[in-house]
Amino acid sequence: MALIELRGVSKIYHLGGEEIRALDNVDLDINPGEFISIIGPSGSGKSTLMHILGCLDSPSKGSIKLDGMEIGSASARELARIRNQKIGFVFQFFNLLPKLNVLQNVELPMVYAGCSSRERRERAMDALRLVEMDNRAKHRPMQLSGGQQQRAAIARALVNSPKIVFADEPTGNLDSHTGETILKLFHDLSLKGSTIALVTHDPEIAAVTPRKIEIRDGKISKNVDAKLSGQHDGPKFAVGSQQN
Amino acid sequence: MNPLNAIAVGFKEIWANKFRSLLTMLGIILGVSSLVAMSALVKGMENGMKEALIAIGGLEKVRVEEQDIPVWQQHMADQAVGTTMGDVHALLRSAPLITMVVPEMRTRNITMTRLGKSISPWNFIGTWPNAVELNQHVMAHGRMFNEIDDENARNVCVIGTAVRNALFGSPEQIGREIIPIGEFVNINNQRFKIIGMFEHYEAEQDKKARELAKDKPPEPKGGPERSKGFGSSKGSSRSGGFVFDLKNNTVYIPLNTMWLRFRAATGVSGAGSGSYSRSSGSSASSTSGSTAEFVPDPRLSTLSIKIADIDKMDEALQQAKNVMLHTHKGIEDFSFRTQENWSEGITQAISNARMSGGIISAISLLVGGIGIMNIMLASITERVREIGIRKAIGATFFDVFTQILVESVVIAIIGGLAGLFTSNMLVKLLVAMSPTENTPVITMESMLLAFGFSVAVGILAGLFPAFKAAKLNPIQALRYE
Ligand SMILES: Nc1ncnc2c1ncn2[C@@H]1O[C@H](COP(=O)(O)OP(=O)(O)O)[C@@H](O)[C@H]1O
Ligand SMILES: [Mg+2]
Repeated sequence: MALIELRGVSKIYHLGGEEIRALDNVDLDINPGEFISIIGPSGSGKSTLMHILGCLDSPSKGSIKLDGMEIGSASARELARIRNQKIGFVFQFFNLLPKLNVLQNVELPMVYAGCSSRERRERAMDALRLVEMDNRAKHRPMQLSGGQQQRAAIARALVNSPKIVFADEPTGNLDSHTGETILKLFHDLSLKGSTIALVTHDPEIAAVTPRKIEIRDGKISKNVDAKLSGQHDGPKFAVGSQQN
Repeated sequence: MNPLNAIAVGFKEIWANKFRSLLTMLGIILGVSSLVAMSALVKGMENGMKEALIAIGGLEKVRVEEQDIPVWQQHMADQAVGTTMGDVHALLRSAPLITMVVPEMRTRNITMTRLGKSISPWNFIGTWPNAVELNQHVMAHGRMFNEIDDENARNVCVIGTAVRNALFGSPEQIGREIIPIGEFVNINNQRFKIIGMFEHYEAEQDKKARELAKDKPPEPKGGPERSKGFGSSKGSSRSGGFVFDLKNNTVYIPLNTMWLRFRAATGVSGAGSGSYSRSSGSSASSTSGSTAEFVPDPRLSTLSIKIADIDKMDEALQQAKNVMLHTHKGIEDFSFRTQENWSEGITQAISNARMSGGIISAISLLVGGIGIMNIMLASITERVREIGIRKAIGATFFDVFTQILVESVVIAIIGGLAGLFTSNMLVKLLVAMSPTENTPVITMESMLLAFGFSVAVGILAGLFPAFKAAKLNPIQALRYE
């Protein structure tokens, strides 16, 4: 069974009488453990698709099933809970809270999950170890490099053991070397079993993932799974380690 | 998110913007401190006025005063006898709503002398023993005269401390208190024995101040001693203590003594000729061992009555009026003077003060609330992105709502506590700067009320910003730069 099923999903904006179809009748399945990229030029609807997949936004038309549950009928409260428990987000601009230190930022999803402070601390430190940021736990985001901030953000996305992690242009604000270490981190996480969807406009980044979904003008124009066609032989990283 | 976390987050946010939060709190601080200080002032006023009201005999006391005969009864003017002992007996007999009747006979131009010192007491009154109870006097030394003293028209008197101070010296002058029980004084050249003295009446505040001053060494006196007249005697030099001064400046003698020694003479001989010694000599011999029944119905200065129940004031007065109209042959040459007017004045003054204080505090609190709301709105605009992030990672409407509300309430609570602190300082300062007998008193209720109001203001001011923040669409919030 697919982890996420989109059927006939459209997102329509009305701007001064004009109708903008940010998404137009999209069907998409994402299976558990997949590592996919959603690629397309700017304004094609990638972010809109990710927001709908991530239960941040609801479609104008069509249905979404996440983990067997129909999302269309969920209340705002249930959606918040789903985002908290089943989905992790990584953003282009990291989006860490500047007033909290790295550890507190990573703990935040567990605060809303209602975990005890002891459990929060333990699990946040585990997540930080996973992204090799445990030695920066007490730093403020401002005291970190872009790559370090993004790794902290990834730790935050992973900390509640979500079903799927969405990353919207996660390397868009990093230099290419740092960007590559972040991609490698996603790749490693994928190998450990995480389901990850990368959103990007860059074909080179999309080349890292076995499955690529190409989107143009709100429609899926290509849906290639290298594993099925046997062409994908894994990514080639220029950097061997994750240090940046 | 559990509430403890929400409060911790609220504190953190406020701490992160210390200066701004302090400015925001200022309105609440002012509101709370003005509310508490105002009510302390009003409470002080109330205490002072209540003390004074009790000192003059309380609400149950009503004075029956002579009044000009109404125009339509002018033709009967020659039959108007004024207030007499007949009224006293009639009231005692037939007015059950009146529990006490105290006749008073006053004489002016009285001079009391002893060893070259003299005083003209403000109140020189011939009365019955129950005057002590009605006028809420307290016998500190000796005793009040009794029925036998009255029946025998003995030359005995009971004095207030101001009279003692004038004739024997005040404790402040002498360094110890003189208790002149058993001493003799001359009243208009007649020998009277002092058999009792009232306690020294003063406002609670003066009492405290005096007791404090007792511990200090006396100041060296400069220049010769001289009397500064009434009301300026040491120990009651403060303004507003008039009621107490008046009470201290009182001499009571038995009613019959007054009648026989001071009144009958003037009454008999018409215009007062100052021949007291002559009249006293003749009257004393004729009345020794006899009672007042031999003399004609004496005309009283006033009559004080005590009402059984304040709630039945009107009925009681009507009853008294009916009885007295009967004894006065229908001529309404008397009126009732209650302390109600006075007490209504007090109540009015207090409620005015309370009202204006309340309005000022309410406005300050309102302004404080608007300040909080303003700052919360500014803060959520600043933090749209933060709110978007929180929602993206799982904060619900309720989580964001409580977070903002808690911040607002925490500001109000800290402001409220700071306000309570400042108000205490403020009141201390007021007391130190302008000591009056109406010392401001901070009450627990006013502090609770002010604090409660500040919390309520915090909640009200936070509701709208919290709602606005909680409703933010996370996607728009995340796109927001
Ligand atoms: N809130 C909105 N109102 C109107 N149009 C929108 C809104 N959000 C997105 N769009 C439009 O939808 C299209 C898809 O946007 P987006 O998903 O952000 O593209 P991408 O992420 O691929 O660059 C764009 O044309 C954009 O202008
Ligand atoms: Mg985008």
